[in-house]
Amino acid sequence: MRSEPVVQVQALVKRYGTKTAVDGLDLVATAGVTAVLGPNGAGKTTTVETCEGYRRPDSGTVRVLGLDPVTESAALRPRIGVMLQSGGVYSGARADEMLRHVAALHAHPLDVDALIERLGLGSCGRTSYRRLSGGQQQRLALAMAVVGRPELVFLDEPTAGLDPQARRATWDLVHDLRRDGVSVILTTHHMDEAEQLADDVAIIDGGRVIAQGSPEQLCRGGAENTLRFTGRPGLDVGSLLKALPADCTAAELTPGSYRIVGKVDPQLLATVTSWCAQHGVMPERISVERHTLEDVFLELTGKELRS
Amino acid sequence: MTTVGTGTYAPKPGAAPLPRMIAAQAVLETKMLLRNGEQLLLTVVIPTLLLVLFSTVDIVDTGAGEAVDFLAPGILALAVMSTAFTGQAIATGFERRYGVLKRLASSPLPRWGLMAAKTVSVLVTEILQVILLTVIAFALGWSPQGNPFAVLLLLILGTAAFSGLGLLMAGTLKAEATLAAANLVFLLLLVGGGVIVPLDKFPSGAEDVLGLLPISALSDGLRDVLQHGAGMPWGDLGILAVWAVVGLAAAGRFFRWE
Repeated sequence: MRSEPVVQVQALVKRYGTKTAVDGLDLVATAGVTAVLGPNGAGKTTTVETCEGYRRPDSGTVRVLGLDPVTESAALRPRIGVMLQSGGVYSGARADEMLRHVAALHAHPLDVDALIERLGLGSCGRTSYRRLSGGQQQRLALAMAVVGRPELVFLDEPTAGLDPQARRATWDLVHDLRRDGVSVILTTHHMDEAEQLADDVAIIDGGRVIAQGSPEQLCRGGAENTLRFTGRPGLDVGSLLKALPADCTAAELTPGSYRIVGKVDPQLLATVTSWCAQHGVMPERISVERHTLEDVFLELTGKELRS
Repeated sequence: MTTVGTGTYAPKPGAAPLPRMIAAQAVLETKMLLRNGEQLLLTVVIPTLLLVLFSTVDIVDTGAGEAVDFLAPGILALAVMSTAFTGQAIATGFERRYGVLKRLASSPLPRWGLMAAKTVSVLVTEILQVILLTVIAFALGWSPQGNPFAVLLLLILGTAAFSGLGLLMAGTLKAEATLAAANLVFLLLLVGGGVIVPLDKFPSGAEDVLGLLPISALSDGLRDVLQHGAGMPWGDLGILAVWAVVGLAAAGRFFRWE
């Protein structure tokens, strides 16, 4: 895979009236799949739409495949595929008709029939777009983004509102795009989606990137992992702590319920169970909580609901 | 699910040749228009009904001579307005509302290419309308005269004027507002634009003002040529040219794609 960035955003600022949607955002995406994760209103769509050439930055620079999306739009547009968050199709058009049309705008499009079959759009038949289900509309928009055989695909919340099967079909397609050397930038609220699909995750909040890395790096870099067990109340936590590695903490949260926070690995588990054995304690309900991207996300962006 | 071989999606980007893109876009736009029942009502049914009704039933005093000789030019003007202004405004307004314009703006088709395709689609529709209405008018005993080149020039300038105004409306108002306003304007100009009611039926002050409307200039110009055999109706062509320049310039300046 190439190593030069497919998307390079530097100090991007974008305001709508008095509201600052993107506030000095830096983002570098290399080949592969990059997930842009963030709560509603974080600036995800504005950032992506600036890369697509829809918005002119108030300040900062944006380069996509080395091109300026606004001034070099004509050269860029054939090389990218765009899936909008919603709409984009004539309300009276049929799915196959619209897809064939977008294919006709490109020099070397994919086989439209194969794509229709793959995404289960064959059943749409002669139904017009406005009468398709939400899932069918989403899959059509996805098909329209890839049919021109682009180098880079932007997917804005591609699985929002999809049922599990359709979601899986979308994930499979993203996997195949990646395998065949197509780069993908996708926005999502779904942590599992980012964990499943992305080589690289950028978490955006308040119009800035607040964390970026592979899903593994982000999960490791966040708070420590947790091991819990229950046993007899009143165990000597001080003695337990001495047996554990130095950077661990241990506490009895409620009588008989213990929590250890630290680097949870097989060694730590063995240490805890052998300490219990030495002290004649039967540890019950041992559980290990691996830190998920969701934890990292909530930790970084706060847990309160946002509009 | 079908298994897909490695390399199926390997990038091979490229825009189709420009003429092919514009042709494909024009075909799709025309199909959407002809498939839409409300649009057909506006562009085909209403002009046809008015032509037949007012030619055969003596409702409005159309002056000396056959009623159809007065009405056919007005109905042709109405047909141009229904397609270039009302139909185009409503369709484009909803395309903007539903993100069609936005999605196409990131496709290889340039924006001016989309506008060119819309123009082709409007012209194709108008040709179909003119053929249909001409055949009906002849069946009703129409005997047109005059210079076909002057007629063509009037129709083209009228189309430009109405397209500018329609796109200005579609690109600045909400889709629902465009729908309501475009229909209202259609109705008002139908009544007050010399289409079926001669402008001299209005008080003279009103007549002078109404005469400056693009629909009045178009229907009056067409009537001068087709009914009275005039040469180039420069005054009406001038009015249409001013509307076209102002309308298209304003649309170009204020049109918003989302």
